[in-house]
Amino acid sequence: MAAFENLVAAFSPLNLLLALGGVIAGTVIGSLPGLTATMAVAVLVPITFSMEPASALILMGAIYTGAIYGGAYSAILLNTPGTPSAIATTFDGYPMAKNGDGDLAVTLACIASVVGGLVGATFLLILAPPLASVALAFGPVEYFWLAIFGLSLIAALSEGNLVKALMGGCLGLLLSAIGVAEVSADIRLTFGSQVLVGGIETVSALIGLYCVPVLIDLVATPDKHLKVTTETKGIRLPEALAISWRGKFNLIRSSVIGTLVGILPGAGGSIAGLVAYSEARRTAKNQDEFGKGAPDGVQATESANNATVGGGFIPTLVLGIPGTPPDAVILGALLVQGVKVGPNLFTSESSIVYTFIYGLFLATILMLPTGLIIGRYAYRSIIAIPKAILVPTVAFMTLIGTYAIRNSVSDVVIMVILGAIGWVLGRFGFSASPIVLGLILGSIAEQGFVQAWTIGAATENLTGMFFGRPISLAIIAMIVISLLGPSIVKLFAGRNANADGEEKQ
Amino acid sequence: MKFTTAIKASVLSLGLATGLAIAPAVHADDYPSKSINYIIPFGPGGESDISARHQQPFFKKMFGQDLIISYKPGGGGAVGWSQLNSMPKDGYTMMGINLPHIIIKPLQKDVGFKTDDVDGFYIFHYTPDAIVVTADSEFKSLKDMIDYAKANPGKLTFSGSGKGTANHLAQVTFDKLAGIKTTYVAFKGTGAAVQALLGNQVKAEFGYTSVGAKHSDKVRMLAVAMEERHPSFPDVPTFKELGFDIVSGAYRGIAVPKGTPDDIKNKLSEMIGEINKDADFRKKMEADGFALIDVGVDKYADFIAEKTKGYVESAKEAGVIK
Repeated sequence: MAAFENLVAAFSPLNLLLALGGVIAGTVIGSLPGLTATMAVAVLVPITFSMEPASALILMGAIYTGAIYGGAYSAILLNTPGTPSAIATTFDGYPMAKNGDGDLAVTLACIASVVGGLVGATFLLILAPPLASVALAFGPVEYFWLAIFGLSLIAALSEGNLVKALMGGCLGLLLSAIGVAEVSADIRLTFGSQVLVGGIETVSALIGLYCVPVLIDLVATPDKHLKVTTETKGIRLPEALAISWRGKFNLIRSSVIGTLVGILPGAGGSIAGLVAYSEARRTAKNQDEFGKGAPDGVQATESANNATVGGGFIPTLVLGIPGTPPDAVILGALLVQGVKVGPNLFTSESSIVYTFIYGLFLATILMLPTGLIIGRYAYRSIIAIPKAILVPTVAFMTLIGTYAIRNSVSDVVIMVILGAIGWVLGRFGFSASPIVLGLILGSIAEQGFVQAWTIGAATENLTGMFFGRPISLAIIAMIVISLLGPSIVKLFAGRNANADGEEKQ
Repeated sequence: MKFTTAIKASVLSLGLATGLAIAPAVHADDYPSKSINYIIPFGPGGESDISARHQQPFFKKMFGQDLIISYKPGGGGAVGWSQLNSMPKDGYTMMGINLPHIIIKPLQKDVGFKTDDVDGFYIFHYTPDAIVVTADSEFKSLKDMIDYAKANPGKLTFSGSGKGTANHLAQVTFDKLAGIKTTYVAFKGTGAAVQALLGNQVKAEFGYTSVGAKHSDKVRMLAVAMEERHPSFPDVPTFKELGFDIVSGAYRGIAVPKGTPDDIKNKLSEMIGEINKDADFRKKMEADGFALIDVGVDKYADFIAEKTKGYVESAKEAGVIK
């Protein structure tokens, strides 16, 4: 009965309006590189003071959900992940767009995001308090191994160019060490320059390394930006639905991965998207198509990163420890409103939290129509705008977006320099993703390692610290599989082929 | 009724937009005549953000203008503070400041600003350092903890927020005064330090009273670094009562770009002081574990000078500065 009341409350006209407006605003903001979900939610906080807590949460949750989906547009159409969560979306999204299937990719991303969002919200609704303990089971050493796992995916994802990918990863690790170190407070690799004291900001590195090379290539080649095969085919919904239905296991698996990674504070959507992507690829029959425009790749990352929204709210609401940066803003707003988060929120003040969760469902469902319409518009404008206008417009946006992250000119300078470096490296066959992964995962790995080492040394049990904890061992096993898996499969495939003549693996 | 809130919200957001567009000349008499940019040199969700968010509605209510909060994280605050003096000096831009950060950071290396470059005009509260353990911890009192540390040198692990921070310097002082050796493990912010405590990755946390307030159902505090007991925690003793002279924490305040007119600085100082006096505001802040203090524009320089001595001493001992 109480549940029903909360459901009704979530569907009040005001909340409907907030969810709809939030999703639309979020999608647009998320699609612009540099404007992040965190920023969008932060701008909204003062407005939410005049609202009831549940309505405020719905508005912020809707913006957040929309922004994570919106990041797919620039990833697919411009090869630029608007947020780290969309890195793996570029792997197949951009090739699809290049092949003339950009509209299909955007629609697939929308469906996948809705599925991911719903799965994440379902876990939040049903299992939040028990799942919050997952966040606590992860200590420094588990974060260290998780980051190493993420880095090991560089190897798994870059067959053929392994050495170059590893070199790129190392460059990224070096970049991550620049600036004030998070745990030791040392100021490193700044070469006396104040520009580098703040370190390399992740989103500006994303924009530089991914978007600038695309822009340079656009100017340097006479081809159209994206191939347009036929006249506008619309949103290709039936086709996309059919593909989604075929990929339903992939969608569900990726959503579950996204939720679980989302529960870990600080791990973030980038790891979720990558793990989901590599799992999708590992289990797929059409492995060769991955990286060349496989719809499964887009589905995997987009469902996983939207599932992190629901997952991230679990530690935020149950433990008061924000799962993601936007969660941190939302948590702050709740504190100011006098809402005390914790397990009690799910019992004594349950009406707020359940109204919010139903509101999150609502916002996610609303994302389907709005996302499809905005996506169609985004795709059309990208293909319709002549290059002479597209390039300066996007270039301008990258500058503004980079500056907006923390109102810093240094970030713009770093973005442009990284862009130039990225373009040159690209000519020599280095791709941006390993560099960015190194940059993002480097600091997680470093912090985890230093903390685990300090605790291990203090308790005189270093080996047990690194190799004696069950979750660590499980992650180590996954690292081994991801590093050696492909060669083992090949080995077996080779033997089978020898033994059975023509039979394939 | 719900629609009126929606209308209020949209009017407010419109107001925000126009507030940004119109920029009249600065006069102390009609100050503030538009919204004020309030920059936090850290990411969102931390104590600095939350205290600014607490001030936001009271400022609006008392002085009719909005505080527009934005973030400029990086370099442990250095990115923001090094740029503060190049920002508009019209009184409509101000930035949060934190102690010991603005004292320790410039002593480590050239980070683009010196402590004296930061034109602070108010220190409005501090989050007192506190030793926090989980509710089911074996340590029932500070004495239990010291006994354990004496029997197991180095094995008592504390999580805490960052290195060279209030938490870290308090741990160094505590070790010295109690004659023990403990291990401090730096985490990225209070959230991560609490996560490590609740997950039993460490034995205890050198955190703030705000941790005890926020997670009151799962943790308890053994001692707080205040002159007197915190009003929200009458049962938790101070370090002083237990014989250790530690009164410390992370102090927060506000600075303006150097060159902002003095009369505007004075007025801002008065305004922040008035918010600090508001009974409703005090109640909210204290419930969240903050301890309010009033160091206005006239007392600011002396306060910094006094704090610098203590911080530099323990930072040297901690090996954070040479």
